[in-house]
Amino acid sequence: MNFYGIKAIYLFEMARTWRTIMQSIASPVLSTSLYFIVFGSAIGSRMASIDGVSYGAFIVPGLIMLSILTESISNASFGIYMPKFTGTIYEVLSAPISAVETVIGYVGAAATKSIIIGTIILITARLFVDFSIAHPVWMIAFLVLTSVTFSLFGFIIGIWADSFQKLQIVPLMIVTPLAFLGGSFYSINMLPPFWQTIALFNPVVYLVSGFRWSFYGVADVGVGISLGMTLVFMLLCLAAIGWIFRTGYKIKA
Amino acid sequence: MKPLDSLEMPRPAGASDPIITVSGLTKTYASGFQALKKVDLEIRKGEIFALLGPNGAGKTTLISIICGIVNPSTGTVVADGHDIIRDFRPARTKIGLVPQELTTDAFESVWATVTFSRGLFGKPPNPAYLEKILKDLSLWEKRDSKIMTLSGGMKRRVMIAKALSHEPTILFLDEPTAGVDVELRRDMWEMVRGLRENGVTIILTTHYIEEAEEMADRIGVINKGEIVLVEDKHVLMQKLGKKQLTLHLQSPLSSLPAELQSANLQLSSDGTELVYTFDTQSQETGIAGLLRRLNEHGIDFKDLQTSESSLEEIFVSLVRGRA
Repeated sequence: MNFYGIKAIYLFEMARTWRTIMQSIASPVLSTSLYFIVFGSAIGSRMASIDGVSYGAFIVPGLIMLSILTESISNASFGIYMPKFTGTIYEVLSAPISAVETVIGYVGAAATKSIIIGTIILITARLFVDFSIAHPVWMIAFLVLTSVTFSLFGFIIGIWADSFQKLQIVPLMIVTPLAFLGGSFYSINMLPPFWQTIALFNPVVYLVSGFRWSFYGVADVGVGISLGMTLVFMLLCLAAIGWIFRTGYKIKA
Repeated sequence: MKPLDSLEMPRPAGASDPIITVSGLTKTYASGFQALKKVDLEIRKGEIFALLGPNGAGKTTLISIICGIVNPSTGTVVADGHDIIRDFRPARTKIGLVPQELTTDAFESVWATVTFSRGLFGKPPNPAYLEKILKDLSLWEKRDSKIMTLSGGMKRRVMIAKALSHEPTILFLDEPTAGVDVELRRDMWEMVRGLRENGVTIILTTHYIEEAEEMADRIGVINKGEIVLVEDKHVLMQKLGKKQLTLHLQSPLSSLPAELQSANLQLSSDGTELVYTFDTQSQETGIAGLLRRLNEHGIDFKDLQTSESSLEEIFVSLVRGRA
């Protein structure tokens, strides 16, 4: 196992985070704060509680998930896309480091950053609304699992993309709609029955539901199903990455 | 258990032992372009090997396969006793690569990027060693500068520092002096010689024949994906070398006397020089006879010089001959 190699990639990626701290950490925190001001305090104060949770508190887990999904994907995809774009990937390819170790380095750093952002948003949210966390261990488990899974997904996008436009298109056109329609701002039980069924095909529903359960003990779908679906998505990403490295898809001629 | 491949057997150390063995290597890209056609090549331990070839001959493809950046279609490469695919860790640990393109992380500092390279190749930190490399390459003063602020020549040195950061025993230099000024080129040649003295095997590709002529112990010529020849540099130049005798005439000639006319003898356009081409290998160079006949025709000369054909001419004639 090339631990020094993993560490080198991890530290390199984290250094990029600190270097671009405004863009990396400050901007998601700012935009989430705006959500809390608008939906949590201003509009939320006029809304009824959902499942016994005030609306401001209800959207906290969903907003954290929204940020984690977009940040994990954009970080991990950018992290591997840039070396491909500039050509510096030659060094990683020529190094005595395996595919698994390379992924641990890049995805580990992207997931770490997401977890940091998630934690900061959680603390920021506490300044706007009052909430408690019923199952802190599960909360951390969902946070970590989601960060890792979507960083893996971002890594795949970064490998697949061969232009900056493609790099943006998946997060923008697919992930953001899924996140908004995945119950970040409402319980899917509030939807008409037909749309409830449709919503169950949206993987984000399971993430948000499981995460919200860890806060308030209430969920749209069973927590076991949430966990299972997250793991299934993670395994799909791992399988895709395994295939990418086996075939050299888009990284090795 | 018996080793599957005899090539993986350890070999006794020695100056002429192969450190890299390329066997039956081919590469066909997805586009259908065949970049390498069954390449066999041995690089000896401790030598400087120059790989010459025109653009698109397959130089970079060959290097990229050995370094693990491109997958081979068929064939094997063994580096320092390790198959580069089955046994990639020990093989790659030994190899350093300075690619042709100046691909650097623009926003990183010089120090950060060499530290990264060393770690990536699985070596524990060794600031003293990295300091020495940067000092040797005159980069120490720039260690905290971002790479994007450096000149092209400096960036090239950063690439070399990165390649050396993990103490490789085999170093690939893909066109190391492309776009580099004369002074830096001299510095690099010095550095390469210094590395060789420390036992590093060096494989360089170049467009500057002068460079191969100056540096290499052996020369390989690659053209259209095939190794055309591999030869000791001196042997190559002797074998293929032609010598020219130039006579500076006392008074210009308007034309050559009819009986002196031959394919080997040419009069310069201003009529002041006679150029005689001969083969160093042949028993009879014909110089004595030429001078005697010139004397008979009353052609005097004030000076004479001989020159050996350069590697460049040899190379051009080789590649043309195969085209």
